[in-house]
Amino acid sequence: MADRRLLALAAAALLSALAFLLIGLKGNIAFVLELRLLKLAALMQVGVAIAISTVIFQTVTGNRILTPSVMGLDALYLFGQMLMVFLLGGVGYVSLDPQVKFAVEVMVLMVLASGLLLPMLKRRLDMGLMLLAGVVFGVLFRSLYSLLARLIDPNDFAVAQTASFANFNAVRTDLLAFAAVVTVLAAVLAWRARHVLDVVSLGPEAATGLGVNWAASVTGLLLLVSALVAVSTALVGPVAFFGLLVAALAERLVVTRRHARLLPAAALTGITVLVGGQTLFQHGFGSATALGVVIEFFGGLVFLLLLVLGSRS
Amino acid sequence: MIRIENVSFRHRTVPILSDITLTIDKGGVVALVGPNGAGKSTLLSLVARLQPLQMGNIQIDGLPVDATPGRQLARVVAILRQDTTVASRLTVRELVSFGRFPHGRGRLSAADHAIVDAALARFDLADLAGRFIETLSGGQRQRALVAMAFAQGTDYLLLDEPLNNLDMYYARELMRALRAAADENGKTVVIVLHDINQASAHADRIVAMKGGRILADGAPCDILTPDMLEVVFGLRAPVETIGGKPFVLHQL
Ligand SMILES: Nc1ncnc2c1ncn2[C@@H]1O[C@H](COP(=O)(O)OP(=O)(O)OP(=O)(O)O)[C@@H](O)[C@H]1O
Ligand SMILES: [Mg+2]
Repeated sequence: MADRRLLALAAAALLSALAFLLIGLKGNIAFVLELRLLKLAALMQVGVAIAISTVIFQTVTGNRILTPSVMGLDALYLFGQMLMVFLLGGVGYVSLDPQVKFAVEVMVLMVLASGLLLPMLKRRLDMGLMLLAGVVFGVLFRSLYSLLARLIDPNDFAVAQTASFANFNAVRTDLLAFAAVVTVLAAVLAWRARHVLDVVSLGPEAATGLGVNWAASVTGLLLLVSALVAVSTALVGPVAFFGLLVAALAERLVVTRRHARLLPAAALTGITVLVGGQTLFQHGFGSATALGVVIEFFGGLVFLLLLVLGSRS
Repeated sequence: MIRIENVSFRHRTVPILSDITLTIDKGGVVALVGPNGAGKSTLLSLVARLQPLQMGNIQIDGLPVDATPGRQLARVVAILRQDTTVASRLTVRELVSFGRFPHGRGRLSAADHAIVDAALARFDLADLAGRFIETLSGGQRQRALVAMAFAQGTDYLLLDEPLNNLDMYYARELMRALRAAADENGKTVVIVLHDINQASAHADRIVAMKGGRILADGAPCDILTPDMLEVVFGLRAPVETIGGKPFVLHQL
């Protein structure tokens, strides 16, 4: 059954991609198509990156309510970016090659995130504590970000990414190629780790008993999550609840927590929601910029629902 | 052989285990008994390297548990913990097949499937194989966890209160299955029990712990005496011998 549903999901993802490319195609078709292809590639990447990073993060923390963004990872990314502007100055920052800049930002996030989160993941903390820590981290990084933003020259500030929530309509296509490499690499690594992820979901003790090196595995997985968060945040800006929405949907669609099914299901759900949603908003409901808000709204509802239902691990 | 030498363990400054030395030969069923808080679970988790050793050393078949790669050790020793929680949306069969993880890193061969099927059958789980763990009763879940430990196919099996939640029938079935595994397949089973009569009926040897120390160690007839019970559990109860085995009438 799970396999058939996975196929259906793949079909849905494909359909939304086709609809995104072809609906309302007119004028200079080659030019429009190329533009749309670039945007499609970006949206697909973001969908996949957020979906996979959320599933992995939930598995590692043993918690279906936490996502990298609930833990403030995207705020941390923006902080890292602002830190670079602060250290290099606006001119220095702008004169850097965007690919290099992005690579450095990814690495900064990986280092900061693992430094902060690893001590917490040595042992699994209960959900309340993790949520609290997430809220505190989120506020902390956002405050540090605004502090730095105030310290730097206003002109410098303009070069840093200033979006405070995701805009799926204005994706950074200049980073696309490099981001694609990171996303594909991370997706392949996640797929190869699917069995380890199954065992990790049993918790540190059971996983150790089955021969998994908990500290090493969790470190690796967390680095993977950081890289994916960096990709999606760089491309569209921070998203709060999209990952939660996608992971919860995917798990209910394929009705399993086995990662061989869950990872592809989440990735396909991510693509369908993002690309399908963007198509709908572009051609159906007028405003192309509203998708982010709507997704966050429903994701937020799911978050509240899961919280109320007390969904433990 | 499991060799535990001068092992001490503390939580911050509170001593939990004090200078434990114990050798468990290969093959047989050893019961670990003692009052709540005696340190039984702590000792077992140290043997299974679930917690880092602080002092002393532990070897299983000559492999030091703190220096042997986890994967290698997972093919030698399996542990069932006292309080295992399982993530939801996993079926019984999936859970039991996780026991084969140390052997194929998640890829199940035909032989692995056969072992999983055998473990399911052995614990009467064949009918429940497709059910999600969270829909099982406490005893059914416990059986699934035991089956997973069995499926790991290791020579050494550490079970922390596996009889929790099991009814009379399945408690006896499990003890018999462990006995058979020891007698027929030469497995070494170390099992924490609160039902001392189960220990008497099925174990070769009983190790009694209290306050982080080993108080007594011997055959069931040496341990199940009114005096020893008073020392270990602080309770006086009559002991009767039935079929050559001592049984404690602690309900009276
Ligand atoms: N995380 C911890 N922090 C502080 N003390 C602990 C911790 N874990 C266990 N202890 C203490 O260590 C002692 C031994 O605990 P352990 O779980 O090994 O006992 P046990 O013999 O298995 O008991 P039970 O029969 O209740 O399972 C207890 O006094 C317990 O309070
Ligand atoms: Mg215990």
